[in-house]
Parts: sequence; structure tokens; C-alpha cells
Amino acid sequence: MLLAVLSGFLLAMAVPALHRMTGKYIGWALALLPASLTVYFASLIPAVQANGSLLIEYAWLPGLDITLNFLVDGLSLVFALLISGIGTFILIYSGSYLAGHKYLARFFVLMLSFMASMFGLVLSDNLVTLFVFWELTSITSYLLIGFNHEDMEARKSALQGLFVTVAGGLALMAGLILLAIMSGSYSLSEILSSDMALHEHAFYTAAVICILAGTFTKSAQVPFHFWLPNAMAAPTPVSAFLHSATMVKAGIYLMARLNPSLGEGELWSQALMLFGAATMLTGAYLAFSSTGIKKVLAYSTIMALGTLTMLIGVGTELALTAFICFLVAHSLYKGALFMIAGALDHETGTKDITVMGGLRKAMPVTAAIACLAALSQAGLPPLFGFIAKELLFESLLESPIWSAGLTIATVLAAMLLVGVAGLVAIKPFFGKSGNTPKKPHEAPFGMLIGPAVLSVTALVFGLVPFLPEAALLQAAIGSVNGAAVETNLALWHGVNKPLMLSVISLLLGWGLLASWNRLRSPLNAINTSTARFGPEAGYFKFMEGITIIAAWQTRVLQNGVLGLYLLILVAVTFGLTGYTLLTQHGINLTLDLADSHFYEWGIALLLVAAATFSSTTHSRLGSVASMGVLGFGVALTFILFSAPDLGITQLLVETLTVILLVLFKLPEFGNLSSPFERYRDLAVAIFAGMVMTLVILAALDVQYFESISSYYIENSATLAYGRNIVNVILVDFRALDTLGEIFVLSLAALGVLSMIKLKAEDQHKP
Amino acid sequence: MKTNTLILHTAALFIMPLQLMFSLFLLLRGHDEPGGGFIGGLVAASAFVLYAFAFGSTATRRILRVDPRDLLSAGLLFALASTLPAFLAGQPMLTAHWWELPLPGDTYLKLSTVLIFDIGVYAAVLGTIMTFVINLMESEE
Repeated sequence: MLLAVLSGFLLAMAVPALHRMTGKYIGWALALLPASLTVYFASLIPAVQANGSLLIEYAWLPGLDITLNFLVDGLSLVFALLISGIGTFILIYSGSYLAGHKYLARFFVLMLSFMASMFGLVLSDNLVTLFVFWELTSITSYLLIGFNHEDMEARKSALQGLFVTVAGGLALMAGLILLAIMSGSYSLSEILSSDMALHEHAFYTAAVICILAGTFTKSAQVPFHFWLPNAMAAPTPVSAFLHSATMVKAGIYLMARLNPSLGEGELWSQALMLFGAATMLTGAYLAFSSTGIKKVLAYSTIMALGTLTMLIGVGTELALTAFICFLVAHSLYKGALFMIAGALDHETGTKDITVMGGLRKAMPVTAAIACLAALSQAGLPPLFGFIAKELLFESLLESPIWSAGLTIATVLAAMLLVGVAGLVAIKPFFGKSGNTPKKPHEAPFGMLIGPAVLSVTALVFGLVPFLPEAALLQAAIGSVNGAAVETNLALWHGVNKPLMLSVISLLLGWGLLASWNRLRSPLNAINTSTARFGPEAGYFKFMEGITIIAAWQTRVLQNGVLGLYLLILVAVTFGLTGYTLLTQHGINLTLDLADSHFYEWGIALLLVAAATFSSTTHSRLGSVASMGVLGFGVALTFILFSAPDLGITQLLVETLTVILLVLFKLPEFGNLSSPFERYRDLAVAIFAGMVMTLVILAALDVQYFESISSYYIENSATLAYGRNIVNVILVDFRALDTLGEIFVLSLAALGVLSMIKLKAEDQHKP
Repeated sequence: MKTNTLILHTAALFIMPLQLMFSLFLLLRGHDEPGGGFIGGLVAASAFVLYAFAFGSTATRRILRVDPRDLLSAGLLFALASTLPAFLAGQPMLTAHWWELPLPGDTYLKLSTVLIFDIGVYAAVLGTIMTFVINLMESEE
């Protein structure tokens, strides 16, 4: 399992080498990984059917309660299979869509890393690891949206997606921590199996709001939906994979996952229904009023995400059945349609639906696949989309609250969606020939196999719905519900209310499609005039505000005068320390000097003299040299008090500093401060010195905790096979700290490097 | 920047190998006696800094053979690699692993992930300081 999750990262490392070996067949070669993972995940189905869920455990940081446990149940398997199954075809498709692209290898590195992060996200049992993978998908998504990094628009969209999802991610982190505090565990399986009434906990409201902020931003719910259409700046395989089939469903996944634990509260269900329905309508409307084929699909994805959220909110067994079916149906048809859109773009040179037409003669296979997928989207029999839509209507009609409102909203959305399906499948392929920039011809095999397989799967699932149902869907519905559910999927339910609603929405949708050309310009006008008040305008205002505040605080606090930084740092640190000392401990001035030696006095005097000289001298060299003396004095002190390692380190650092400072050209000694400023600085310095002295005296006075050094002294040789305790602590007992420190050190080095390089570039400019 | 005194040139050529050997000595003895990766890295860095002052940054880059930034990342990779054995054995992160290699003459060579980690620290420290120094020198030129 661990290997299954991490194999994407491992293969990603090997991509550049593989690319040289396989050349233009790289897509096919790489697709072997998700294909075999599909088989692997499918092989877990019997175990899940038998046990309900599997928990596969790897301890990772047990000290921090962070594990790499994987929770495999119906829900995570559905997601894992969608990711690996669609991923297989996306990789094949990408190899042909981006054939000959100069950054092809880089693209596959990112795609595979994304896929691995996504597996981690849906299979993690631990909340912390889930969050880490969650953020990894945001980052890989950022890199993939900005893949065409020479395009300013792509860079802007990538950044927007990153800001929105990462801001939500921060809220999510807070929410997950609250959840862990409430339930007393970081393990999803423990949280889900505990029968605590979380919705009665004092933190429930805060936790739900934080978690929903995370899932809503990730899954593009209103009012955060605006980043998703902009993310279409990414190459089409990315849009098909990340921004319709998988990543944007991460939020949906988490909501479905936590539904058994959090779903009993009213806040949860009502918020999900409200935001879900609003998102569904907004998405459907905007999809119908767009003209770029990818934008149309992006908005209809938003519509689908809203529907899914709403269904979790409704929360009845029927609604959750509809949820899982709609999820699978949507991933199948939307993945296919996106790949078709990419093929159209690739072969005609435009994304604009208005100039496409009559392409079925040039691209008959593409047209056939597009029609099949669109039939599923429109919800027509015998496709799987039909079953999902019937269930959707049925569950809303039986919703415990707001049944009428939700049903009407959904009929409206379904009607618009029928129109949208027509826009994607009928408008480009039928009617009179359009005037496309490139002479259209059939798409290559690698670009057709994916959508073909996905559409045919949708057809098969529609014809024999009991197959996927028995295999997996029932288990998945059970895990979202928290208890097993009896389902009975069938294509034909007889003439009933849901069927009537379907027929109504179909007819109205057909009407809308017929009048699309006439409706386009008024809709466009409405959209332009309302855009000023939309959430995206709010986003830009917000970012502007942040820039203004940042500029202001930089001007005030970070004005480049090093002395000021030091002053603030020292004054604040020692002010707070002094305050705490005074209020918590009191001042103690007794000091026993009886056992001090004369050479210790000598070193102390040397230190004082060096410090005084370095701050009063007018010679740069003198100042640096006496700083060195100060440092050596400190090193001597370390050695006297039997800390040779510290002493050596201090000595070496001082030597290097003095050499660097002496030999590099520092600015001449100038008199930059007024007498007032100098006395102020002196006062702060004296204050800091006094506080430090008092703290040391206080530290000699009491011992709050038992010293840990005896533990190290006793155990360093037996446990860590080393006699040098300092080093054993550094590289063994507290190696994680050291690891963190060398990372910080490296970041500092890179920071200095970039500052030097930037300065050099500035100087070279005329 | 580069100084053209004969004394510094000659001294640097003599001292530098000694310093480098000493730095390795410090690195390897670190677990039992004063020393370790951090100190060793500092000593190695001072050796290269001395060389840089005598012969300039281009010559120093040449004898370093790799870009100091790569040293930095190599150091981090070593440190991370030392966590792998524990990971594969399913133990908590950074659990130390020891292997004793028998040597002729009834002695043993103690090898460990701790040593790999320390080598990582050594390279990271050396890489950091050399990144500072070489780039600062180049920006002055």
C-alpha cells in the first residue's frame, strides 16, 4: 500500500531518464503505473466487501502521533479507482496532446507527483498526513496550471488558484486540529467508529466552519468558484484530470468522509445544502452563457460539485446513493468531454464554440464519443448519468427539509445542463461548417482511447448498474452513511415523478439550446455588468488590500535601517522577558562569588573591554577585531566550563566572521545617527543587559524542572553508542531538530544567494 | 578578490590539505570525542575560504568541483537518506541503525545511519558557507 501511494513520486523521479529511452511513447510507458495500480486497487475490493474497511499501518512519527496509516474502505477505493483509472488514460492522452513539447518530461513529473498526492489524500487515515497530501495537491495544481509559464495569464491564474486553495487549506488545518481535539484522535477510522456526539461539543461550530472553508475553496463552491474557470489556462489533460475528475473532488471527498461524524449537526447539513444548491445554479447558468469550450466544461464541473455538496447535505440514504452514482457518472463523462475538448482545440486551433460547426465529417470518431459522453451528462438513458439523475431527483423529492426549493433548483440546473451538453456535443459537430483556424482532421488514437473507454464505461454501468453496485458502490455509500445501506440501482423505475422531472428538464433544455445564439448577447451583457460585484472582483480588492498593508508595514517596520530592526527586536524580547520575570518570579540579587577563579575574572574583564571598545571606536577594523576578541572570550568561557564542542564551534565561527568582515569591503565608518538616537540605543542595550543578568541570577536560584542532562549522560553510550554527549544529542537523540536546522541553514544560504544575485542584476541595469 | 602575496599562496597550499584532513578526522571521531559534522564542516569551510582568499573564487570553484549549492542539497539528501532504513524497517523516523564491519586485526568498523546524517550536516554546513563566500566574492569582482 505504501508503495502504491508513493510509487507516483518514485516514478516521477525517473521520468527524465525514461523520456530519453521511450521518446514519443512516454505517455504509454508511464500509463503502465496507474494501470497496474487500478488492478491493485481492484484486487482490494473483495477484502473491503468482506470486512467493510481495511487499516494498513505504518508508524512514522509516533512521538507526534503522526502515522502513515491508510484507510481503505468503499469510499476511498472508489476515489482511488477513479484516480488510477482516469489517470491511466490521461497519461496516454497527454503523451499525444503535448507530443514534442519541450517540457514534456517536466509535465509528467508534475502529473505523477499530483497523482501520488491524490492517492495519499484519499487513502490517508491520519488527519495530519491527509492534510500534507491535501497541500501537495494544491502545490502540484499550481505548478500545472502555470505550466505554460511564459503566458502571463497562466501565471496569474495559477497564483489565484494557489491563494484560494491554500488559504482554505489553512482554515482546514485549524478545522482538522479542532476535530482531533473534539474526538481525541487524529485517526479517521477512530473518529468514524467512535459514537461521540460531536455536534454537541463546544467546538463543533468552529470546526465545521473551518473545515468547510477548506473544502469549499478546494471544491470551488460559491463564492470561491472563480478560480476554477481560470485554472483552464492549464493544458487540457490537466483540466481533465485535476480540475474535473480528481483534485476538485478532494473537498467533496473530505465532506463525504466526515459526514458520518459531523453530519448530525444542523449547521453541517444546512450549510452544505445552501452552498451546494447556490453553486449548482451558478455553475449551470455560467456554463450555459460561456462560449469557450473549456470554460463551458469548467462551469458545468462547478455545477456538478455543487450538486454533490448538496447531496451530502441532504444526507438521507437515498441522497448518499445519488451522491456516489453522480460522483462516478460525472467523473466518467466529464473526463471524457474534457479530453474531447482538448482534441477539438488540438485539431481545429480554437476553443471558441461559436466558430465550430459541422465537424462530424472531419472527425467522425470524436463526434461519436462526444455524443455518448454528452448523453450521459444530459442524463439520458441508457447511460449511467441517467440513473444518477433519476436518483438525484428522487432523493430531493424525499428530502426532509427544503424539498420543494431544492427540487426546483435542481430541475433548473438540469435543464441548463442539457443545454450545456448540447453545446459541447451538438454545436461543434453538427450544423453548417464553421470557420476554424486550422483545417480539422481526426484526432490521433492516443487522444481518442481515453474518452472512448470512459464513455463506454458509462454506457456499460448504465446498462448493468448492478455490477458496479455490488462490487463497490454499495460499500462506498455505506462508508459515507456510516452504516450499511441497501440499494437497488436500475435503469428503469417505471413512470414516476423523477422521470417526469427528467422529461421536463430535457424539453426545456432542448428549447434553451435552440435559442442559444439569440440568448448569447443579452446573457453576455448581464455577465459583464455583474462581474464588478462578483466574488472575483472581491478577490482582487482583497489582494490589493494585502499589498497596500504590506507596503505600509514594510515602510514602517522594515525600512532597511538595520539598527532599527535590532532595536525593535531587542526591546520587545527583553521587555517581555523582563515583564514575565518580574511578575512570575521576582528579582533576586544575591550572588555567591566565593568559588570564582582569578582567570575567570580576567576573561570577564576582557569581554567587557572588548564590547566597550567595539561600540565606541571610530575605526572599522578596530571594531571588527574587538568583536572577534569578544567572540574568542566567549569561546574561552565555554571551554572553561567544560563544553569543548561549543568552544570549538564558537572559535571557528568567530574566525570565519572576522576574516569575512575584514576582507570584504564594508562601507566606511560614517556618523549616521543623532546623539539622541545613540543614547536611546545605549539605554536599550543597558536594559537588555540588565534583564539578561537578572534572568541568569534567577536561573541559578531555582530549578523548575529536573535537569535532563543526567538522562543523556547515562544513556548516550548505552543507547546511542557514543561517548560525546553533545554530538549524540545533535545527531541521534534530537536529530529531527538538527534536520530542521540544516534545512533552515540551507534556506538562509539560498536567501543570501538570491539577495546577492538580485543586487548584481540591479547594478547591471542601465 | 584575491591577494597576491607569496606567503599566503604558499601557506594556503600547505595548510589547506591539513585542514581538510583534520575536518574529516573531526567528522569521524565526533561521536566519541569533541568534533562532529558541524565542526568538521566549519573547518573544511575555513580551508576553502583560505584557498579562496589566496587564489580567487574561480580557482576555488574549480577545486570544489561542484557548485556549493549542490553541496547544500547533497547534504540535505544525505540527512534525509539516513532516515530511510528506519522507514523501511517500520520504525519511528530517525531511529538509528548500526552495522559493525569486522576488520582484520580483531577490530570493528562501526557504521551507522548516524554517520550518514553527520556527513549530511557536514556537507550542508560546508555548502552554506561556500555559497556565501564564493558568491560574495563574485559580486565584489
